[in-house]
Amino acid sequence: MTPSTRRLLLMAPFAAAAAGGVAFYAALDRQRRGVYNPRGVPSALIGQHAPDFTLPALEESGVEGFGAADLRSGAGPLLVNFWASWCVPCIIEHPQLMRLSRDGVPVFGIAYKDKPADSLQFIRRHGNPFRRLAKDEPGRVAIDWGLYGVPETYLLDRQGIIRWRYAGPITDEVLAQDLRPLLQRYA
Amino acid sequence: MIAELGHFALALALVLALAQALLPLIGAHVRDARMMASAAPLALGQCLALIASFFCLMYSYAINDTTVLNVVQNSHSLKPMLYKITGTWGNHEGSLLLWVNILGLCGAAVSGFGRELPTALRARVLGVLGLISVGFLLFTIKTSNPFDRMWPPPPDGQGLNPILQDIGLAMHPPLLYLGYVGYAVTFAFAIAALIEGRVDAAWGRWVRPWSLAAWSFLTLGIALGSWWAYYELGWGGYWFWDPVENASLLPWLIGTALLHSAIVVEKRDALKTWTILLAIIAFAMSLLGTFLVRSGVLNSVHSFANDPERGLFILALLMVYVVGALLLFAFRASAMIPTGIFAPVSREGAIVLNNLLVCSITAVVFVGTLWPMFADALFGMKVSVGPPFFNSASFPLVVPLLIAMAAGPLMPWKRAQLANVVMRLWWCAVIAFAAFFAALLLSGQHVMPAVGFAFAAWVIGAAVADIADRTAAFRTNWRNAWNRARGLPRAAWGAAIAHAGIGITAAGIAGMGLAQERMVALAPGESTTLAGYEWRLEGVRDVQGPNWTARRATITLLRDGAEVRVMEPSRRFFPIARQNTTEVAIHTNLIADLYAVIGEEEAGTGKAVIRLHYNFLAPWIWIGAAIMALGGALSLADRRIRVSAPNRAAARMVPAE
Repeated sequence: MTPSTRRLLLMAPFAAAAAGGVAFYAALDRQRRGVYNPRGVPSALIGQHAPDFTLPALEESGVEGFGAADLRSGAGPLLVNFWASWCVPCIIEHPQLMRLSRDGVPVFGIAYKDKPADSLQFIRRHGNPFRRLAKDEPGRVAIDWGLYGVPETYLLDRQGIIRWRYAGPITDEVLAQDLRPLLQRYA
Repeated sequence: MIAELGHFALALALVLALAQALLPLIGAHVRDARMMASAAPLALGQCLALIASFFCLMYSYAINDTTVLNVVQNSHSLKPMLYKITGTWGNHEGSLLLWVNILGLCGAAVSGFGRELPTALRARVLGVLGLISVGFLLFTIKTSNPFDRMWPPPPDGQGLNPILQDIGLAMHPPLLYLGYVGYAVTFAFAIAALIEGRVDAAWGRWVRPWSLAAWSFLTLGIALGSWWAYYELGWGGYWFWDPVENASLLPWLIGTALLHSAIVVEKRDALKTWTILLAIIAFAMSLLGTFLVRSGVLNSVHSFANDPERGLFILALLMVYVVGALLLFAFRASAMIPTGIFAPVSREGAIVLNNLLVCSITAVVFVGTLWPMFADALFGMKVSVGPPFFNSASFPLVVPLLIAMAAGPLMPWKRAQLANVVMRLWWCAVIAFAAFFAALLLSGQHVMPAVGFAFAAWVIGAAVADIADRTAAFRTNWRNAWNRARGLPRAAWGAAIAHAGIGITAAGIAGMGLAQERMVALAPGESTTLAGYEWRLEGVRDVQGPNWTARRATITLLRDGAEVRVMEPSRRFFPIARQNTTEVAIHTNLIADLYAVIGEEEAGTGKAVIRLHYNFLAPWIWIGAAIMALGGALSLADRRIRVSAPNRAAARMVPAE
């Protein structure tokens, strides 16, 4: 190794860290300006109809699957919730979904990249808050929705237009501060 | 009054830290003995001020002082005293105070245990620790003051997150921070060496106890966190690849690489630049973890404060320390020429392989954790990375690592003969294959768990082979071997035990692949069977706790008609927080965990949904981690690093083992 290659090699960690720093700064800056929010990611779909899809039901869950047409049926405001049995935040979120379902809010669930048997066990364990429950095992519909991760929840109004998106668990605070007022507004 | 005292102590600590940063570093530069000597008392003073400040906050929590904003937000008078006290560090501000407290303790420890260090090196190490302390104290006081007052005081606090009221979780941050912050000391040693432009065997020897201690604490901290998830989330899982879990795994992985490469510096005077780089990156990963948890850039359940302003401040600190250190590295590291040369097949060669593999795993975890964030924030791409990615990407790297970690300790330094290693390890391979086929047969053809058992047997066998080889247990009589075993350096025992700990954890993970579970709705008096046990539900009743009410099930566990144990899982409701938690009942016999959870009750029939798990070898996951930490502690107690660090000339003469 010549001394100049060695010098260049020794510079590499510095350059990598500096680049990483710039990227982190960009992420933080966008977060501050509200362009980027890891939880309430503003979706390109807001103000639009849900992308077209039909998904099969999760067998033995006792509720039907659904497609884009079912979201425009005028039942709304309704929630579309992407979740998976392997996702810990989904467990944290679950009691809030159960509460919403008890209050009569239609929650449409999509089990994302999850084995049907595991999804089934999850809702048997923790209760089923879903009025409709579909499975998206290959995760293709999730791509059309622009899913960031699980859990992720969309609020659709009566016309089936997406009004709100939240990436992350619906905690008590989110439920009280964001979701309840929105549900009232679109009721 | 007490809160003001705490605030004042914090400010005092900042001033002392500033002095600790400047005086010794300048003193070492101009060779002023008095300025260098100021380092130790300043570090001690800073530590005392921080401890005073911490106790003031703890006192405010203990008496539930509702004029302190931090207490109002995070505590409540109805919390049991234990959780009021542990609640001190269960929030962003308090945990930051704990963080700087541990940094202060590290500084005091360096000044206390480091008497044998050369004066200039000690002054520089303490100076760098002071610099780190200044940054974090400024951060605490400017953006996250835990002593802010609130007036008028509300009647009671709001914070009563029941999930956090748990002793395992309460001990998790202190252990984790001891690990994170411990890497500040190795970082300070690396910076001091870069300033001096000299790394030698003695430096390797001085760094080793600190990297060992940090690694052992981090191992315990991570294991405790995983154990908490296992019993508190009521789910039977133990590792979720959550971003925050990954953030604690990153410094652990780099720390593991550092631990091994520092030995090469000590014994062989090689890998010096690389070891310095690892020491810097280990601390960078610790800071990155702090940044990710507290800035809210990641989507995780564990996140503390979602405040971009705070995130910006930590990012600035991260940049100053890490980018500054790497800049210093870029200009100064070229002076470090290794004197030891070695063949690829040798102990050093095996450690280089270990480093490459461990760093590759780190890269996988790093990319998997951060890529979704970068892709979204910078390019607006939505990607999601789940456990399937981490499992499938790290598996091909873990396999060669486990194979190589068995062979490394059996190789001599400088140059080894593969044939010799094979001669000593062939029986481990036989045992591993036997374990594979036995597991395949007994488990009903579950291939992956069987592979896991084979590797576990291989690694544990190799640890035994290592000790047997060193004590000549197979070549001499038992008395002789016993005497040799007693004479073995503790570091050798430590290494073998820590490696065996990895094997035990691997067996635990493989065993969890065979876990069985069953969900049933049972009426009182009914029973079900799982894994050869009969589980009989006796009844479900109401229980009143200090700040919760619960529905508690009584399940009698029977084996062949004889009662083994009564288990009482419950579902707690915390009225003030309006939250439910599940209290799992676990009966362990060290071979398996019998795990019971109570779910919903059916109103009409009086039946309760009970979920039962039989988690084969689950306790081994955490026992293995504890054994790893024990190995680290044993190594730390080695006379050669404990008694004193010899002067540089003497250290050079120590022959390779």
